[in-house]
Amino acid sequence: MVWIGLTALLSYWRRRPVQLAMLLLGLSLATALWSAVQAINGEARASYDRAAAILGQDRLAQLVREDGARMDQQEFVRLRRAGWLASPVIEGEMRFGDVRLRVLGIDPLTLPPQAQQVDIAAGDELLPFITAPGVLYAAPETAARLTEQATPPVRVAEGLPPGTVVTDIGQAQVLLGAKHKISRLLLWPDQPIGRAPLKVTAPGLTLREPSETGDLARLTDSFHLNLTAFGFLAFAVGLFIVHSAIGLAFEQRRQVFRTLRALGLPARVLVLLLIAELLTFALLAGLVGVALGYVVASALLPDVAATLRGLYGADVPGTLSIRPEVWAAGLAIAVIGTLVAAAQSLWRLWHLPLLAAAQPRAWARTSERALGAQGVAAMVLLLTAAGIAHFGSGLEAGFALLAALLLGAALALPLVLTGILHLGGRLARGPLAEWFWADTRQQLPGLSLALMALLLALAANVGVSTMVSSFRLTFTGWLDQRLASELYVTARTEAEATAIRDWLAQRSDAVLPIWSIEGRVAGQPAAIYGVADHATYRDNWPILSAVPEVWDRIATGDGALINEQLARRQELGLGDQITLPGGWRASIVGVYADYGNPIGQVIIGIDTLVQHYPDVSRLRYAIRIAPGKAESLAAGLRAEFGLPAQNVIDQAGIKVFSLKVFERTFNVTAALNVLTLGVAGLAMFASVMTLSGMRLPQLAPVWAIGLTRRHLAWLELSRGLLLAALTMLAALPVGIALAFVLLAVVNVEAFGWRLPMHLFPGDLARLAALALLAVGLAAAVPAWRLAHLSPSDLLKVFAHER
Amino acid sequence: MLLRLHQIDKFYPTGEGPLHVLRGIDLSLEAGKSLALTGESGSGKSTLLHLVAGLDSPDAGEIHLGGTNIVGLNDTALAALRRGTVGLVFQQFNLIPSLDVAANLAFQARLAGRPDPAWLKVLAKRLGLAQVLTRYPEQLSSGQQQRVAIGRTLAARPRLVLADEPTGNLDEATGDAVLDLMLSLVAETGAALLMVTHSNRLANRLNARVHLHAGRLV
Repeated sequence: MVWIGLTALLSYWRRRPVQLAMLLLGLSLATALWSAVQAINGEARASYDRAAAILGQDRLAQLVREDGARMDQQEFVRLRRAGWLASPVIEGEMRFGDVRLRVLGIDPLTLPPQAQQVDIAAGDELLPFITAPGVLYAAPETAARLTEQATPPVRVAEGLPPGTVVTDIGQAQVLLGAKHKISRLLLWPDQPIGRAPLKVTAPGLTLREPSETGDLARLTDSFHLNLTAFGFLAFAVGLFIVHSAIGLAFEQRRQVFRTLRALGLPARVLVLLLIAELLTFALLAGLVGVALGYVVASALLPDVAATLRGLYGADVPGTLSIRPEVWAAGLAIAVIGTLVAAAQSLWRLWHLPLLAAAQPRAWARTSERALGAQGVAAMVLLLTAAGIAHFGSGLEAGFALLAALLLGAALALPLVLTGILHLGGRLARGPLAEWFWADTRQQLPGLSLALMALLLALAANVGVSTMVSSFRLTFTGWLDQRLASELYVTARTEAEATAIRDWLAQRSDAVLPIWSIEGRVAGQPAAIYGVADHATYRDNWPILSAVPEVWDRIATGDGALINEQLARRQELGLGDQITLPGGWRASIVGVYADYGNPIGQVIIGIDTLVQHYPDVSRLRYAIRIAPGKAESLAAGLRAEFGLPAQNVIDQAGIKVFSLKVFERTFNVTAALNVLTLGVAGLAMFASVMTLSGMRLPQLAPVWAIGLTRRHLAWLELSRGLLLAALTMLAALPVGIALAFVLLAVVNVEAFGWRLPMHLFPGDLARLAALALLAVGLAAAVPAWRLAHLSPSDLLKVFAHER
Repeated sequence: MLLRLHQIDKFYPTGEGPLHVLRGIDLSLEAGKSLALTGESGSGKSTLLHLVAGLDSPDAGEIHLGGTNIVGLNDTALAALRRGTVGLVFQQFNLIPSLDVAANLAFQARLAGRPDPAWLKVLAKRLGLAQVLTRYPEQLSSGQQQRVAIGRTLAARPRLVLADEPTGNLDEATGDAVLDLMLSLVAETGAALLMVTHSNRLANRLNARVHLHAGRLV
């Protein structure tokens, strides 16, 4: 009985391969985009975990200075003498040629066993490690990047995070120019009894408990949440196709269900057979989807890695590992998604009266009551969105607002379109026009799911492209302000820096130091820069808010400027006091825009910087000179001091590089955007194709009454284009609202800066044309088929005999 | 002569080779007259009707309608013929579900460029549809739907009405009432009627009848 029933059910798909293909394709694509995002996130998070676990930071307590500055090596000596089992570590960033790396210096003789990621304490490895020129241990991909650079010998160590090298602490102190300095002390888990209390031995140090999640994981959470939200949106759009295909298949098979029930197949068995059928499809499509997801993820990962490096300084490998959890999650979401999409149809089947007549178009008819209920739900969601916008705060509230706005708008769409089509019908003159509007309105329930998917994709496109374009415009203007100097030079040693300064004194208009130290401000990692009192800053710096005479106050050492992200994250404003590394305090006199910087930044006068941090590295300078002379001066600098090309960069070079980083940052978003739109286009195609098969009984009488097939085909195409155009119009305000939420809420929470919104009518027109083209293509296939349909196929509608 | 068919042949392709549906059919019908076309299932009655309506084309022979041989006319000309000269009544009614009764009734006449509100009013009254003009087809009984279909056809005052089992979906009493109405209205418009039917009883009510058997007139 079960087998016979299953054969009868499956025979439906054998006769409708296109519908089956659409169902599988929709589910595969939905799973693919979701899995791609999960694979990327999984890779990135594994990388953060490796970074967080380095030197046992996830298991060992540490001693650090509260202000984040480096401590003197004597602290280590004092603690050891007081009986503490501790091991010194120095950490910093430096360049080896073109490659910027995080350098970790360790003491292999005192390192706790939990921190030993590189086995050097025994055997022949130790001596070369602790004696000049030392050894750098690096992950395979990092070691590969260093092959062309002048470095100490490099050895490969699996398990190290990318972008990090481990070396002896003495060697690291030399490399980082921080003699006798250490960044922190790792504490052994078991300490001797009777040691002197920490407060007495090291009063300036703070105990930091082990943490399983590193700063990177926390810092990049919002980025991954963004990706996940996009993946989920694409998945939801894909589910529209699945829901539509399943609903249609169920309604078209209603006659078969009724017959099977009448012949004695219990309802429970019938439902179980259909669930088994759906699960088979879900698993099949899920497998294809996850595999496709890996292909998409592989294509996107290099850009994601570049983004994470550019925005957060996080190193993520550019290649993917096959992760069982991604496969499991992909298959699970395909199965769950299919069951969710089929729930309504299964529920109806379970309650199907045995003698219910087959209604092939019933699935497409939405009663006015159902439409009304949908309208109420849309209104509730949109009001919820307004409520969150007014009262909510935080990234989660931002995403809840986005979800409520998008879902509310999607649910409201059929109602809005019905109203417009009613109006069109009233204004129509002539029988064909009246039929066109009335028939379009009747088609709406069958197409509304696809149109809702299209609305979501278009609104996301409008929103994200408006955000990116607004960002691009602001960023370009900001770069012009920030990169006002004509040349930027980096000396290799302090002596060389002094010589360069002297050499430039007679040959340039101004030499502006770019000196900085790193530390913690208001509990956040931050860089503190000193600036000279010069028109370059007074005239160009992108100040967002400031007290009067702000530059005079900076010059006299009476205050500090902070970047927007530090101000927003720590809720700091003008007049507030901040404590800077070393324990001294400064009043905030201004806040400036600092796009793309993941950490806080503070600007003080150059004299104040040198006064508080006499050991500050003095290697980098900005040079002002007439633009026409910049190139020859750069050539002169390189020739005079033998500086490598990357140590003398002109303004245009930095701008090109910065814009390149910027564009890569949004490549991923753009790719996901296009893919989502593609899935929505497919949803439209699937709906139009499946509906076209059911259209003949409605079109054949009009043909018989006196319209040509070609004329009908044009009307069908126009119907699709009209609905797409109306959906695009509806998507515009939704997309602009989405852009506003992204710029004013999500970006502020995720990155710490707020951007002004700009509208780009050209971009919107291009998107509208693309949407019309996509729907036009989707509608063109059935229209072409209708135009070339043989009369005998149309006559089958009337033929009760031949 | 309004309608004249000469040596009509029609084949349908099948898996077992072409099926010869109509074989050398000769037939004629004068204006204002009615003719019943009877025959068993599969004898080719509906096919013949579709050929006359310009919905399909014969593989051989000529169909002269109002003096014009419609065989070989292009799609546009055939569509114009169906709009202006021919009226079709189907067994399955084939109303336009998205339009209400009033719009369905007026549809073909307006499409043909011959809207006549006064005539429509008469038709609606005679067909007993005056009270249901704002309803949609799915809200009507089968008998009402067929009356709308007849009204739609006659509203355009076609010269030839082609009816394919117009009462086939109705019970006998309703069918008789609908047929009475159709015959009297066709007579009033002066149109010719070619009606396909299984029923000898109904066929006998028309001016003449011909019988199709295995694709031949007998």
